[in-house]
Amino acid sequence: MAVPVKKHPVDVTFYLFTAGASLSVLAFTVGILYVLLSESSLAIERFGILDFITSTEWNPVTESFGAATTLFGTAVTTVLSLVFAVPIAIGVAIFVTEIAPNFLKGPIGAAIELLAAIPSIIYGMWGLFTLAPIMSEYIEPALQGTVGRLPLIGILFEGTPMGIDLLTASLILSIMIIPFTASISRDAFNLTPAVVKESAYGLGATKWEVIRSVILPYSKLGIFGGVILSLGRAIGETMAVAFVLGNNHQITTSLYDAAATITVTLANEFTEADTDIYLSSLFYLALLLFVLSFIVLAAAKLFVIRAERRFAR
Amino acid sequence: MSNTGMRKFKNLVALSLSTLAAALGLFWLIFILGDVVVHGIGALNLNLFLNDPSPPGFGGGGLRNAFVGHIMITFFATLLGVPVGLLGGTFLAEYVRGKRFAMIISTLSDIMVSTPSIVIGTFIYAVLVKPLGHFSGWAGAIALAIIMIPVVLRTTEDMLTLVPWSLREAAFALGAPRYKVIISVVYRGAAAGIFTGVLLSMARVMGETAPLLFTSFNNSFFSTNMNEPISSLTVTIFQYAMGPYDDWHSQAWAASLIMTLLILAITIIGRLVIIWRYPGK
Repeated sequence: MAVPVKKHPVDVTFYLFTAGASLSVLAFTVGILYVLLSESSLAIERFGILDFITSTEWNPVTESFGAATTLFGTAVTTVLSLVFAVPIAIGVAIFVTEIAPNFLKGPIGAAIELLAAIPSIIYGMWGLFTLAPIMSEYIEPALQGTVGRLPLIGILFEGTPMGIDLLTASLILSIMIIPFTASISRDAFNLTPAVVKESAYGLGATKWEVIRSVILPYSKLGIFGGVILSLGRAIGETMAVAFVLGNNHQITTSLYDAAATITVTLANEFTEADTDIYLSSLFYLALLLFVLSFIVLAAAKLFVIRAERRFAR
Repeated sequence: MSNTGMRKFKNLVALSLSTLAAALGLFWLIFILGDVVVHGIGALNLNLFLNDPSPPGFGGGGLRNAFVGHIMITFFATLLGVPVGLLGGTFLAEYVRGKRFAMIISTLSDIMVSTPSIVIGTFIYAVLVKPLGHFSGWAGAIALAIIMIPVVLRTTEDMLTLVPWSLREAAFALGAPRYKVIISVVYRGAAAGIFTGVLLSMARVMGETAPLLFTSFNNSFFSTNMNEPISSLTVTIFQYAMGPYDDWHSQAWAASLIMTLLILAITIIGRLVIIWRYPGK
């Protein structure tokens, strides 16, 4: 790739402009980190780091703030949505790569990826007006009457089913992240060399045996990357959960209770924060969210890169 | 023999479950889209585009202010974000391809693409809204531009990489300077792909709500002044859907329908251009 040296004056200008533009991404990343740090410095000084994360207090009146309740909400909705979404997404990927007839592979894959194009506020609207009533009238009472009766697991389904709760929010989130996990899993599946698959079929393996013993082991790194990427997406999702979570700062044992995530708290309270320490605490939450999602997304990226390096030569 | 039967049975169960999973994915898509169409189509009327909001209960109000505001914010976000993303992607693909710097920026962009958009909103609030003392359309447009940059940068980089190197060498051999080669040969070769990247990034930011909540805020009056709070469809949908009036709900559905159809149309057009220009990719 030997290339003539730039010497034309316009060439130098163009070079500098493009270089500057590519640096903007770095500048924004560092800038966001710096600004969030400096805006939350008041809260960091007042509440510390460990105390802020572990305190369940969120009281604008007494000006006492902690992140435990919102971190709880974020963790529960994220983990639960992954539990719902990952099996479905892998099923979708298996269907699209191995089962569907050729003329259906493209269209069905594209249709499911359209789920990712629907704006999150539409998910929120749909969740509030359509899904939440269905949950509170049919699904949640039904769950209460069946698995809710079981010892230990039962406490997850206690309380009045209102539909505006952790379970509904997690379900909506899971629908939103299916396409991400599915498309990365599909790409990972496609990295499996055809020769290896064919040898397994040659030995008389069934389709499922080929998937389980050949394709899945080959693609587990990629799938793992896809799952973590979805985790990163779910952590930062705002509008889809803002409608159906209730923004109630509490740690509960029941999935039928309202809760708050970091994103929902920011969306609901940011413009209402009337004191410096309140606003600073919200910035502190934003900082936690930024750092958390950055780490998760970077890890996801690492797995996907590794998966591609290993097999795509 | 029973072993074979068992294996065949397991195979059938696993494949059926996968098919069911795909059916469930399609079911959600149809359920959500169908629901938006059913609720939205009844609320569609000309007033929605021609009138500004009227007080709840009076009827006849529309969302003209939100449509115009949304178009303005998206337009300026595109104007600010696309050139930066385009040039940045050019640098990575043309000047430092394969170098460590390109890998770092590229990876960072991938991370920033998925960074919570509400965090961008808080960032802009801190640097543009708080110091100036008021919400503004510009703050919203800049927040969206920051979301667009990494998206455009990555697609540009990928698309330029697909242009064969021999094409550049042919142009160099004619004595063209580097920038001219990039602009008239490389860009032309990748035009369809770059165009798609821009389209998809527009579709992405058109549906954003969270970064606008505390940047462009909302405005119940018609305004085209980017220095003032300006209304957007998404923030209006949020406010109306959470509000207590039936009028508001039906207008929110109508706005949702229009926005969803527009975004899906743009996304599908983008996909088709890719399929048409880059078969097998």
